[in-house]
Amino acid sequence: MIIPPVQGFLPNSPLFPPRASEMAREIDLLFFTTLGVTVLFSSVIAALLFYFMIRYRRTSPTQVGVYLKGGSTLFLESTWIIVPLVITLVFFAWGARIYFAAARPPPDAKQFYVIGKQWMWKIEHPGGRREINELHVPRGQAVKLKMTSEDVVHSFYLPAMRVKTDVIPGRYTTLWFNADTVGTFHLFCAEYCGTEHSRMVGRIIVLEPTEYERWIGGESPAGASSVPSGEDLFVAKACHTCHRTDSTARAPMLWGLIGKTVHLEGGQTATADETYIRESIVNPAAKIVAGYQPIMPTYRGQLSEEEIIQLIRYVGSLKPPTGPEPTPSERPAGSSPSPNESVR
Amino acid sequence: MSAHTDFPAHSDFPEPIEEAPEPYEHYLNHRYGLASWLLTKDHKRIAILYLISVSFFFLLGGAMAVIIRLELTTPEGDLVQADIYNRLFTMHGIIMIFFFLIPSIPGVLGNFLIPLMIGAKDLAFPKINLLSWYVYVIGGLFTFYALLTGGVDTGWTFYAPLSTTYSNTPVVVVALGVFITGFSSILTGLNFIVTIHRMRAPGMTWFRLPLFVWAHYATSLIQILGTPVIAITVLLLGAERILHVGIFDPKLGGDPVLFQHFFWFYSHPAVYIMILPAMGVVSELVAAFARKPIFGYPFVAFASIAIAVLGFLVWAHHMFVAGISVYAAAVFSILSMLVAIPSAVKVFNWTTTLYKGSISWDTPMLYALGFIGLFTIGGLTGVMLATLGIDIHVHDTYFVVAHFHYIMVGGAIMGYMGGLHYWWPKITGKLYSKFWSKVGALTIFLGFNVTFFPQFILGYLGMPRRYHAYPNEFQVLNVMSSAGATVLGLGYLIPAVYLIWSMRYGKDASANPWGAIGLEWETNSPPPVENFDKPPVVTWGAYEYHESRVAPSLPPPKQEVMRVT
Repeated sequence: MIIPPVQGFLPNSPLFPPRASEMAREIDLLFFTTLGVTVLFSSVIAALLFYFMIRYRRTSPTQVGVYLKGGSTLFLESTWIIVPLVITLVFFAWGARIYFAAARPPPDAKQFYVIGKQWMWKIEHPGGRREINELHVPRGQAVKLKMTSEDVVHSFYLPAMRVKTDVIPGRYTTLWFNADTVGTFHLFCAEYCGTEHSRMVGRIIVLEPTEYERWIGGESPAGASSVPSGEDLFVAKACHTCHRTDSTARAPMLWGLIGKTVHLEGGQTATADETYIRESIVNPAAKIVAGYQPIMPTYRGQLSEEEIIQLIRYVGSLKPPTGPEPTPSERPAGSSPSPNESVR
Repeated sequence: MSAHTDFPAHSDFPEPIEEAPEPYEHYLNHRYGLASWLLTKDHKRIAILYLISVSFFFLLGGAMAVIIRLELTTPEGDLVQADIYNRLFTMHGIIMIFFFLIPSIPGVLGNFLIPLMIGAKDLAFPKINLLSWYVYVIGGLFTFYALLTGGVDTGWTFYAPLSTTYSNTPVVVVALGVFITGFSSILTGLNFIVTIHRMRAPGMTWFRLPLFVWAHYATSLIQILGTPVIAITVLLLGAERILHVGIFDPKLGGDPVLFQHFFWFYSHPAVYIMILPAMGVVSELVAAFARKPIFGYPFVAFASIAIAVLGFLVWAHHMFVAGISVYAAAVFSILSMLVAIPSAVKVFNWTTTLYKGSISWDTPMLYALGFIGLFTIGGLTGVMLATLGIDIHVHDTYFVVAHFHYIMVGGAIMGYMGGLHYWWPKITGKLYSKFWSKVGALTIFLGFNVTFFPQFILGYLGMPRRYHAYPNEFQVLNVMSSAGATVLGLGYLIPAVYLIWSMRYGKDASANPWGAIGLEWETNSPPPVENFDKPPVVTWGAYEYHESRVAPSLPPPKQEVMRVT
């Protein structure tokens, strides 16, 4: 298979992949520290094995080994239980710190959408421009990918950023990075997804912010399907007949929903993230907002993943209705005023 | 097996010089004919049945590995089509894991040796033991049938919804094969547990048991507690695939991550089903070839149990990038660190055992050394993978492939080969070539490292696993790996030749050719049908070496027979 030459890969040494983010540097530091410990321990064990094998080789057919006095057993055993335990706990804490950072995108991250399907990546930029198997991003800007799959489990892997996250049907997963080096780097599917898994590859192209602005002004390439806007879908699928902004609404108001805590029938709560909204569209009976009837029909099979993303984007863009502050009964989607998430 | 054919020939022509000894009747020559093998209830003969069948599957899985490595010598997918390649690595994994690694040491060495080591006539349930082999064979036939009709392309992990909705291959047939074979594993584990509890000879206390037996006890616990979960998982997979019950596929209302939880709840402990028996073998080899008790015996024994227990609590470390909660990931990371500790304890204790030992460089010991070194690398890279920040980069890359081959091939297969070479004289009554066996062991060690070490680097560079074609810059390391695989493949053929050769032409082995201690060395080679001529009574611990108890090296076998009988 011919993959376009990727600049920056193997620049000088064949043993170091290119890196293009601060987090990649942190992960490399952790990797090489743990690698150092691995090499050290393996070498000590190997050296001891060879030394003992030679030093204590059998010299007569009936020779037996020397019994060791029992006194030092407990000391040695506790040493080689405690020392590796402490070392691995340091690995754990260090690794967890990076992992937590990788799981929490900074608040100013720009949100892109990614859809994996057998066997291509469809990407949508915040401004709506789409591309396939290529991801253009501006340098120095945190980029957050909201990802889902149309079919099987895939995994979005950017080796130069040292990050990957599985792309799973039926839910949204998140991946973020902040590229600090301009260049073209690999994009791989890392989770085996069927026949053409090894061709589900592409490129991430890190541009200077000005060049990215110029690029984003261009047209979506041919092949990136055109999808109706979320606002059009909201009307076309008759969502607006119930999810109204006046007091006759038979369904929760949706403005300001994303990120809120939703109170459900039965006293449970849910966080209204993209996965929640998606589920409410394809399986509305799964979680009923407190105070509403389960009257919404399912849209399973009637909307593509791209269309669902348009709806989510539209819901995210909704502004509070102009006019007086809503009364408590008109608060959106069962949201509760809390110190952190007060309703404006 | 043809090992018994020598004995009738001798008895036909009594040698005039010696007083004609009674022809020695043992488990291999007391009966002949196919029925005497296929209907046997003798644990030793069942072990031979397992030996033949796991060798068949090893050859099959190995042949697939050869094609895989050949394909990967060029970046383009040019030797086989993508669909064929996907089926090759899937069937390679399924066959090697379910039909070779899991049954190999327990089925062959465990079956043969546990009754001998504890001084019993047989396992507790001889008929169930035979049944477990038949169940294994039936499961194997399902899988072999699926292979002949084209194989499955889901990966050995059967991830849903690829396996339940999207794959066009006979997934259900292979899943049934795995399901059925699981019962073989459960039956073997059950048999071992009852045998170890109930059949020990007088004086064989728990802390006089060889560590091989402790390791098999821990393995059996995992087999009977873990295997039902994979059985349930593949049934649910079948229910979704055939009846479209929505369990895993979100299009039917299911949850694909649920499948991964179910699958790894068994399949991570299954890793310990594969490695714990090999650890047991290595404990025996280190003690026998250093002629010393294992340093820290109780720590090594309880390390096996600790691995079996902790092994059940680490499954989600396969899912750190599958969108699970960060707190769940943290818990599973720390638990995975903990399971590394008992493994490290074993390595340190084996190494310390060699201190002031009387160490021979016999072939089984070379395999034991190879095991300790390669398992250490495999284990430490496992700790690296359990480190959350590293896993997000190297998960699902060749780093993982290299890591688990260091554990499975460098660990489990090295242990199996070492055990086979150690107990071969006991099993067949024959000695093999010392020279060729050392050549074989070194070839395997070198070939293994050249094959799999480059894969660590490939993974760190970012090459994902299960890629049929790959970017050009990965070619050099892939060619190295394939070259190593050629050496490794040849390395495995060397023992196949001289071991088969030895069955017909090898010198007869004495009861105790290594001068080792253990009840299995106190009976003849090969053992009589009922293992011991009179029930043994145990008055010392497993590895209490003393000059008076180390037999003179290689006495003539006939004297040995006379002396013991």
